[in-house]
Parts: sequence; structure tokens; C-alpha cells
Amino acid sequence: MEKQKYERPLIKKLESGMPNKFGTRTGYQPTTHIENVPVKDLIKKYDSPLFVISEKQIRNNVRKAKQAFETRYPKVQFAWSYKTNYLDAVCRTFHQEGSWAEVVSGFEFSKALNNGVNGSKIIFNGPGKSDKDLKMAIENNALIHIDHLEEFYSIRQITEKLNKKAKVAIRVNMDTGIYPMWDRFGFNYENGQAWDVLNKIIRTDSMELVGLHTHIGTFMLAASAYSAAAYKLADLAVSIRKKYNHEIKYIDMGGGFSSKNTLKGAYLPGQDVNPSIDEFAEAITSALINSNFEKGHLPILILETGRALIDDTSYLLGTVLSNKRLSDGRRSTILDAGVNILFTSFWYDHKITPAQPFTQYTEDTVLYGPLCMNIDVVRNNVNLPLLNKGEHVVIHNVGAYNMTQWMQFITLRPRIVMIDEKEQVSLLRERETLSNFLEMESVPEHLKTFDL
Amino acid sequence: MKLKSDVAVSDSGFVFLPTTGESFSVNPIGSEVLQLLKEGKSIQEISNQILDKFDTEPLIIDKDLSDFMEILNHYSLLE
Amino acid sequence: MKKAQLTIGVTGLNAVDNPGSGIPVIRALKEAKSFDVRIIGFSYGTLEPGIYMHSIIDKSYQLPYPSVGIDTLLKRIEYIHSIENLDVIIPNFDAELYSFIKISPKLKALGIHTFLPTIEQFEKRQKVNLNDFGKKYNIPVPMSKVIFTLSESHEAMRDFDWPVLIKGKYYDAGIAYNFDQIGLYFNKISAKWGLPIIIQEFVHGTEFNVAGLGDGKGNTIAAVPMRKQYITDKGKAWGGISITDEALLELTREFVAKTQWRGSFELELMKNKNREFSLLEINPRIPAWIYLAVGVGQNIPEALVNLALGKNIEPYKSYLAGKMFVRYSWDMIVDLKEFERISTLGEL
Repeated sequence: MEKQKYERPLIKKLESGMPNKFGTRTGYQPTTHIENVPVKDLIKKYDSPLFVISEKQIRNNVRKAKQAFETRYPKVQFAWSYKTNYLDAVCRTFHQEGSWAEVVSGFEFSKALNNGVNGSKIIFNGPGKSDKDLKMAIENNALIHIDHLEEFYSIRQITEKLNKKAKVAIRVNMDTGIYPMWDRFGFNYENGQAWDVLNKIIRTDSMELVGLHTHIGTFMLAASAYSAAAYKLADLAVSIRKKYNHEIKYIDMGGGFSSKNTLKGAYLPGQDVNPSIDEFAEAITSALINSNFEKGHLPILILETGRALIDDTSYLLGTVLSNKRLSDGRRSTILDAGVNILFTSFWYDHKITPAQPFTQYTEDTVLYGPLCMNIDVVRNNVNLPLLNKGEHVVIHNVGAYNMTQWMQFITLRPRIVMIDEKEQVSLLRERETLSNFLEMESVPEHLKTFDL
Repeated sequence: MKLKSDVAVSDSGFVFLPTTGESFSVNPIGSEVLQLLKEGKSIQEISNQILDKFDTEPLIIDKDLSDFMEILNHYSLLE
Repeated sequence: MKKAQLTIGVTGLNAVDNPGSGIPVIRALKEAKSFDVRIIGFSYGTLEPGIYMHSIIDKSYQLPYPSVGIDTLLKRIEYIHSIENLDVIIPNFDAELYSFIKISPKLKALGIHTFLPTIEQFEKRQKVNLNDFGKKYNIPVPMSKVIFTLSESHEAMRDFDWPVLIKGKYYDAGIAYNFDQIGLYFNKISAKWGLPIIIQEFVHGTEFNVAGLGDGKGNTIAAVPMRKQYITDKGKAWGGISITDEALLELTREFVAKTQWRGSFELELMKNKNREFSLLEINPRIPAWIYLAVGVGQNIPEALVNLALGKNIEPYKSYLAGKMFVRYSWDMIVDLKEFERISTLGEL
């Protein structure tokens, strides 16, 4: 007689309440394959945990975003936000799709140059540019987005020394009805700070004012805030033209578009409710088109959206290390992937699916990572099918920030692979080893030996 | 380690504890284990019987059964 | 002519102390003159009383919670539809409306009709947007401010007199007479429903409610105003009376005309000492006291079904004033077998 498929015995108390508005049930299918490559094979070859990126999905996302904007506005340019994911292969995929580079440090700037991006197509943002960084940017004809007055003065000094003109824009912060208002970056629109620095730039011979930039927040759930911001920047651009007869080349609306992840505490899934790229495009482009630019004088529209283009392209594969009961009877499951490599689990309820078929029987589970730290919680309460030790799970929508903000903490960081459009798998980043770390460390002579 | 005598298990996997009015649901294999416990079978006997019928290994059964017994105890379903 | 036989799915079977409108909607449909119905009950919990009311519900099915996502909801409805062949679905829970509005084109492709507000109408009437709503349509609303942190309340309170209403994004409210109480409600409500929190002017006066139906083209198909006579500690009407007030009806017609409201709605209005009305809240669904409207001559659920099916219908012109509804509770005796079936199979 053929033996039946085994599943562990399960008993669940029936909580017969009224509809619990925050009830969660899993309605997922197993994720056995990513881009037709079996999850099992990926883990067998590259170990667990493992980040997997779909090149096809990246290209789809950029093309869709481009289409959303280009069908509504004549001149659109995307710039890849390096900090969101600066793996060279990822950046180059974006560059192949026509995206410029948007960087926020000298390190990222060098990475973009190393990737072969021409300096004139690198946007240099951020509050932390050193004089050395600024010199590199000016020498490479980069677009420098000034964040504060000190930076303005530094640039003036450097350009005079180098006898070279800098192309600059300013970052503007403003009230768009969104909380929190990001007034720590750039110059304020409402209180006149922005005008003050614009006047200074226009009067500085060694600077050319090429653009206006804003970035109103992160993981924005209302497209309407962008239209308020676009109106204000357009108004500023039109006023500069009136006052100085100077035409700026571009308006950079930054990024901050939400991805399809579900924020912790949100009731409905992000997949269902977060605005689509079309909604953001509609809000921004209609504000620009309806503003007071003269006919034929619309500036280039630059977008630096990162998260919305990369989040759903990447998966984190993990393996069940153990199941155990908590004191209150709840099930907990320990994975080999924790918050050290999945930073975003602090603010998202990541979608998690088993990588193998399962029955309809599920159990409320706390998902922990492997760290010996209380904060290492991947999901606080998720209704999952019954997972056995050694089985695999797929954590979805992990493309943004995890592969840049991950920590070498307690364990070493895992490999990253990419599945290309022909469904071939390439290694993008090797797993860290002990020797990587020993290379960077040194021990003073008197600490080299000890007796225990 | 015996199931309380008044615990009623139905074919659909519905478990009712008349003394407290609580109800539970079990999956088919859980239902089978409860049935065997009711018949007074020992853990070892249950383990062997499941091994005969299902595609698994003794180590996994032992671990899962001990977890199942722990949760039965947590729900006060054992004598 | 023989009456059409329709199969209609209804949610909100929780006829409890904070009742959903499913059961009164079903009673209204059973009394419809233009069609006969088979009722399919949709439930989320296993103790929603409607599940066990076999005299008015032919069969009940469990639905996945809205938080699971619309794909799963759609799959479940497809399954139910394959057995029951649904003509119309009437969703009655606030929390599920967004999902049903989103899937309504797909339902229509399956041959299942709904008659719901547009996403735009649904979003605009959200509590956090009420101020803009009032401005846009020139409808008087109480002043409100949205805050994200407790410290903002001091700044915000410069524009208000005490007391103020502290409201959650979706549900819950409390009256605060000082900053301590604002803090209390802020923490309590935000813990449950998230941010932001709304501070709203407390309008003194008498509260009125209007149940109505708009055809989506600006016409008011039905409107019945009611004053609550007895309110439970959860703020729900346990008794009320139909009234005539031309100003109230005029405001309702204005609301429907200006917003081109599509579907049923409930307006909550306050009338102050100067007999001016202000609009406190717009619920984009049928209220739980809808049977009063049916009882006084306007069968709103029936009209809604006919609109959903694309029929032209004449607006209701009149209703009986001075009729009361008095709610009561009723204990059913239910066999454990039934509970077992809905719990394990998700159908009964």
C-alpha cells in the first residue's frame, strides 16, 4: 500500500468571535518557482538564506513607469536611486533601461562612475557631501543638488579654485499636507529660504542653476501630495524666469512612491490599496502641465523613484530551523533569515509563502529570525500552513533597502543571485566569509596570545 | 496521557469539550491521533501506526507528537 | 407577469448590539414587490446570528477577511457563484467596501451586479477628507483638523472651543473637555485604528439621520430621515422615528446632486439652535435601521437591486412620517452541529 503524504497533527481552538477586523488569514499559493527556476534548486546550489532578484521584473517595472510618465508628459528622465539597491548588476540593469544615477555619497558617486555612468548624468543629492566629494562632482560635471547654505559656500570656493563652473540645483522642502514634513533636507519654500539661496546662486558666476528638486517623503500613500509639490516647484521655476529671465532645465520630483508592501498596522493589503505608478504620474504631470509654464517651455521631469521599481523584483529565500511553542501556546517558527538581512521587517508585514505545496490547515505563527536578540522578529503574527524543519519559505517584496542596509551582525551576509530574462541564474554577490573580516582587522602585538 | 473521556471528535475534524463548552478543529492526522488516544493507545503505539500509514520518519513523528501532546495539555484536553 | 427570481448575496449578518445591516436588508428584499429572492448569506465570523436564521437565509458561506486581499476574496466569490449563480451582491460592512468596489468590474464580468459608490466618492467622504468635501460641494460640515502626534493638539486647539470630538480614521470617537482627555482618546483610538486622529468641532444640537439612495446621475431615488429616540452605550439607535423636514431632505438631494452619489448612503447630521444643519458623517452603505425606511414606504434595498440590474426606476416621492422602529433582541436555539459545519466547512 502506498503511504499517504504526512502532515503534522494540528489542533486549533475555534475563536468564535464576531468578525475580527484585524483578522489575518493566509490565502496564498505556494511559491515553488521564481521566474520558472525551482526555489529548491536555488537553495541547493547557493545555500540558504539567499536573495534572488528578477531582472525581467526590474525591466518590466522601469518600462511601465516610463510609459506611465511619458504618455502624460513630453520630457521624462528617470534616475536610479543608488541607496535603494546599489548592487552593480542592479544599477547597470537600470542604466541599460536609460536611467541616470542618483547618489547621496562619495562612495555611491564612485560606484556610479565605476559602472560607466558619465558624470553629467549623475545627480548628487544629500546633506553629507564632503569638500572632497564636491570636488569630484564638479570635476565630473555632475548635477549637484544643494542641501544647505554651507554647501553653497563650499561649492563656490571649490569652483573658484578649480576655475570650473558647477551645475547646481537646490533641494526645496515644503508643506504638501503630508506628515511628517521633511524640512530637514533642503531649503524651505514657504518661509523664503529657497528664494534666498536661489538669489545667491544666480548672482554667482561659477554656478549654473539647472534645476529644482524636491523629495516630499517616503512610502507615500497619497498621490495628491505630489501634485501640491509639483505646483510649488513649477511656481518657483516660473518666478525665476520672470525675475531673472533664467530658464531652469529640469524639475526633479524625487522619489518616495510606495511599493506594494503592506505597512505594519495597515488593515488592507498594500497590494490592493497603495497608489499605482499611474496615479503618481497623473498627479505630478497634470500639476506641471496645468501650471504657468509658457508653451513649449516645459522643463524636463526627473524622477528618482527607487522602492516602487525594485521592491517586488526581489525575494529572500529562507529555511525553517525549528518550530517551538511559546508559553501561551502560540506556535513560533525560527527561520535562518532574520532582521539583520531583512531590515524592512521593522516596518512591513512582508508577504511570506511556503516554497512547497501545503494543505488548507494553517496556524497562527510568530516568525523569528536566527539572531539571539529579542528584536529579531520577521512577522509578529502570520497565519501560515504547517512548516516542517528544513522546509523553505519565500519572503516577497524585499528589493528595496535590504541589500544596502543589511548588517553584518552575529552572522555573515548571504549570497545574492539574479535570474536573467533567459531564466539563467548568475551570482551577483558572494557570501561573506570569516577571512573577509579578518582582513580588515588587526590585533596589537600584546593581545595576540593568551592562556585559558 | 489519556484524552479526557468526554471529548467528542466528529468526522469533519470538529472537537467539542462539553465540560467547558470550548470547541476546536483538527486536521485529518490530528483527528486520527485523537481517535487513537481515545482508544487508550500509547504514544509509541500511535507513532508506529502513523509510520505505517504515512510517509515520514520516526524522528519527525516523535517531535510532532510531543508538540501535539503539549498543545492538547495546554487546552486541557488530557486527563 | 411572473416575478423575476433573483439570487442575492448579502453580508453584515451580525445582528448584534452593534448591528450590521444584513438582516434588515434581507427582510426588505423578501418583501420586494418587483422580484422574488433566494438569499445567500456571507459571513466573516462563525457566530454572526444571520448564519443560523434559516427562515430568511437560504445558505451561508464564510468569506475571507478583507485584509487577506482582493484576489482571495474574488476566488471565494467565484467558487460560491459556481454553486449559487448570484445575480447581485450587497456588501454592508464598512471594512469590506473598498475591496468590493475594487472587484466590482470583475464581478460584473461574472454576471454579478453591485451598485456601489465610485472609489473617488468613497475616498472623498472619508472622515479625514470631510473638510475638503464640505468646501468642494459647499455643504456645511463641522470644522475638523487632522493630527498625527499628540503635541499637535495644542496648536490645533487654538481654533476650537471645548469640548471637541476626537475621532479615529475609520471608527471610534470620544468627547474631550481638556487636553488630558484628548490624550486619552488619542492613544486609545490610534492604538486601534492607526493615525491620523481627527479633532472635530463639537456641534451642539439634535442629531438626525437620513437613509437614501442615489442613482449615480445626481437623482435621489429614495430618502428617509429619522431621529434616534433611544441610543445604546455604543451610540447605536435602538429606537427611532421617521420625520418630515424639508430642509433635511433638501440638503440630502443637494448632496446626491452635487456628488452624483451612486448607491445607498446614510447621512449623519446635526441641527443646531439656529436650526442650521451640518453634515457630520457620510456612511457609504445601507444603515442598520433601514427597515424603518421600508416600513414607511421606501424599499431602498429593492430599489438598489433594480438599479444594480440596470433598470430604470421611479424615485420614491413620499413616506409616512411619525412611524417608529423599536429594536429588540431574540435568542435562537442553535444545535452545535450547525456551528460545527460553519466552523469546519465554511458553509451552512
